[in-house]
Amino acid sequence: MNRTNAIRGSVGDRLFLILIYVFFVFVLAIIIYPLIFILSSSFSSAQAVVSGRVWLWPVDFSLEGYRVIFSNPAIMKGYVNSIFYTTFGVMINIVMTIAIAYPLSKSTFVGRNLIMMILVFTILFSGGLIPTYLTVKSLGILNTRWAMLLPGALAVFQVIIARTFFQTTIPKELNEAAELDGCSDIEFLWRVVLPLSKAIIAVLVLFYAVGHWNAYFDALIYLKSPELFPLQIILRNILILNSVDAGTLVDANRLAALQGLRDLLKFSLIVVATLPVLCIYPFVQKYFVQGIMIGSIKG
Amino acid sequence: MGNTGILKAGHTRIRKNDKKSFAFVAKRTLKGMKRHWQLYLLILAPMVYIIIFKYIPMYGAQIAFRDFSIVKGFAASDFVGLKHFEMFFNSPNFWLLIKNTLGISLYSLAIGFPAPIILALALNEVKNTKFKKTMQMVTFAPFFISTVVMVSMIIMFLSPRLGFVDYIVRALGFESINFMGVPEYFKSIFVWSNIWQGIGYGAVIYMAALAGINPELYEAAKVDGASRFQKMRHVDIPGIAPAAIILLILGVGQMMNVGFEKIYLMQNPLNVSTSEVISTYVYKVGLLGANFSFSAAVDLFNSLINLILLITVNYVAQKISDSSLW
Repeated sequence: MNRTNAIRGSVGDRLFLILIYVFFVFVLAIIIYPLIFILSSSFSSAQAVVSGRVWLWPVDFSLEGYRVIFSNPAIMKGYVNSIFYTTFGVMINIVMTIAIAYPLSKSTFVGRNLIMMILVFTILFSGGLIPTYLTVKSLGILNTRWAMLLPGALAVFQVIIARTFFQTTIPKELNEAAELDGCSDIEFLWRVVLPLSKAIIAVLVLFYAVGHWNAYFDALIYLKSPELFPLQIILRNILILNSVDAGTLVDANRLAALQGLRDLLKFSLIVVATLPVLCIYPFVQKYFVQGIMIGSIKG
Repeated sequence: MGNTGILKAGHTRIRKNDKKSFAFVAKRTLKGMKRHWQLYLLILAPMVYIIIFKYIPMYGAQIAFRDFSIVKGFAASDFVGLKHFEMFFNSPNFWLLIKNTLGISLYSLAIGFPAPIILALALNEVKNTKFKKTMQMVTFAPFFISTVVMVSMIIMFLSPRLGFVDYIVRALGFESINFMGVPEYFKSIFVWSNIWQGIGYGAVIYMAALAGINPELYEAAKVDGASRFQKMRHVDIPGIAPAAIILLILGVGQMMNVGFEKIYLMQNPLNVSTSEVISTYVYKVGLLGANFSFSAAVDLFNSLINLILLITVNYVAQKISDSSLW
């Protein structure tokens, strides 16, 4: 009796497990196929892309799309601008985040609850798009590089992550001992806390960097001059608005004549814009996961 | 060490004599603040940032009740009361915007809330760690794709000319469809592409919650002869319920904030009847049309609804379970 039950149970279990693996195959296919399709198309000839002959692997292997991208000054300029905004944006982000997260992590810090409330309230309620825009405008940084760096200088969510990390990993005794030795707060932060916090700094850098690299909306509302545009705005113009005007593309006439090349260009552009992030991702994935997990601990 | 000694002494004195101890505590607090002045120096720049870029705009939200003029500024522009709100409530767009916004967010919540839970529960059944890690890596990867690239992928895949989706439609013998031009399809395209991009990211939190379940519970379930499905039903799901409730609260609290950046990019003249939501309307009327006060009023209305929703849901969650945000 018992035995048949056990067997029946295991058959049911096995079926259940098979069902789960079928689900995984389905999920994997759906997630991976579009990525492969883009990658393969980008390495195919314009002819093959337009006639829909690309299914899985590149057809008539060609680097034409990439050649056009790398010889296009507007796209390259956007690339350089994005690197600039990401690098300096992240530097500002990290300094600001640690500067406020560390004091907030100390239980002896007078006023921490009040400051925490001031921060968290900004998540719950905001002045909105228009007042924020007008504030940025009145600061006189509209259409400057500062408009890409300052309005997003700090993310409260990341402050909560960093604070939680400091609270749980820096032993209080260490701080007390250092204080007895006459170590000041900033010295302690610099010499003891930061070297112990490499993991969380990696998390912050990654989240902020991906955010800067992928952002387009701040640029859309704050920037007017094409020479300041980050890559994402250039991408939007070419990929979504489909405008390959003389301002953004030098050899526009040639491109208009070659509709196929224009389509091919889109695939290559997606690869070029996404590859930097996707390439470093497998190496840093564990930090990302760690970051989300720390963040999910109630702050 | 000496610090804690003083602290304890302070507490006993509070009990003995309240008046005297208040002065003592205040003095000690000030002394502590003075000793840790460097911490206050550290938070100076971040606090200035918060005030300038978060609280001044909040203060500026009052232009919703004024006729904003750039010369006069936030507080000195002419006060007009609820004029802009009334204008919005009476405009023919009002119900359309509410319908679209709520429709998209309810659809998102209905699919987007359970999807990562299902993925996490399924991943939890896999014992092979290598396979599990690979699965996690692959499902997480689309998170890194930018909104602009994501939307252009959607447009390309669904286009009647370039996209593989259309090849499939035609291969099945149907007429070619311009998906992005059909208003009825907009919500589904938006929601399911969000799932594609966010399911791996969403599952991470649940994976963490599942990893934190007491192993004794699984052993007990084993002893009781529970099947895999029963274990999932009676151990896994209760284990992730607190995290799920918190995320649901946050989700409902964000109900009126549908993914503006993505919707704006996905909009075109053909689908605008279902794709226009409050936030895209605010952007178009406010910044592109320079109706600052009117669109600030629309935005404020939106933020207030969000805040009320969040507080209400949090309250309800607190009543029926122990999980809540605060």
